Amino acid sequence: MADEQPKDRTKIARQFIEAIPHAKVLGMKLTQLGDARAEITMPYDARLVGDPETGVIHGGAVSALMDTCSGAAVMVHPEAPVATATLDLRIDYMRAAQPGDMITTRAECYHIARSVAFVRATAYDNDFERPVATATGAFTVERAPA
Amino acid sequence: MRRPEPVQIVKQRRDAALQRLVAGVPYIQFLGIEIERRGDELTGVLPYDEKLIGNPMLPALHGGVTAAFLEVTAIMELTWSMTWEDMEKGKITDDAPRVVLPKTIDFTVDYLRTGLPRDAYARARVNRSGRRYASVHVEAWQDNRTRLFAQATGHFLMPERDV
Repeated sequence: MADEQPKDRTKIARQFIEAIPHAKVLGMKLTQLGDARAEITMPYDARLVGDPETGVIHGGAVSALMDTCSGAAVMVHPEAPVATATLDLRIDYMRAAQPGDMITTRAECYHIARSVAFVRATAYDNDFERPVATATGAFTVERAPA
Repeated sequence: MRRPEPVQIVKQRRDAALQRLVAGVPYIQFLGIEIERRGDELTGVLPYDEKLIGNPMLPALHGGVTAAFLEVTAIMELTWSMTWEDMEKGKITDDAPRVVLPKTIDFTVDYLRTGLPRDAYARARVNRSGRRYASVHVEAWQDNRTRLFAQATGHFLMPERDV
């Protein structure tokens, strides 16, 4: 049932997310997880630079962070989908992240239907007053057989 | 009438310009993306690698990798088309200032199928390229060109250029 052992489910979700090879190579760290919300950080890395003139991280790396964090938020929704995959993800880039800063993403699965979950996410550098990017996404919901 | 340039000269100029563009972006090397060229047509190639996996159970490519691959291909296509004329006139040389890349305003990815653990390809089309803004569509496939596994549309802010 949905309200059964939420701590265990969070633990399973954490293990799954921490085992993602691409999240590991990007140095992602899960800093908060539970109740349809997730927070993941990604350290600055010169290998991820998209524009050598400015040293700014490529949008693609921010996409990977947003996608991982959004999926994590879906997995810990109280309605407990057993798995999820991205259907669509839109990212708006407000400004360039400050070179050298870690990027932090917070995602919230704000609505879940039978087969689809809806997520909002925001990315920040060290300045939490001014977001770097926001994302909205739709995710599949794979439920355990009843 | 002027004789057409020898084919080797034309190819050398275009390949060198493309190489300079691609080699300048660390993140392209990080993902292992290659850009292939036929005339002015570019194809992004993402050779499979274990570090690109997002779901080890299936296994499947990370949705973020797919998004990044599409965005890289879109930006390269847009920059390539934006600099083509200058490049053909021989203005893009080793000592010329670096080409300023367009900036992504927004990028929307449509995931159509699971990305399989094998090579992926992508091609982009510039649907509109104005003085300040551009709109680019990009498609990615793996085994079959007609069975896309993802597509995306992005809007970009064009760098300021001398007219």
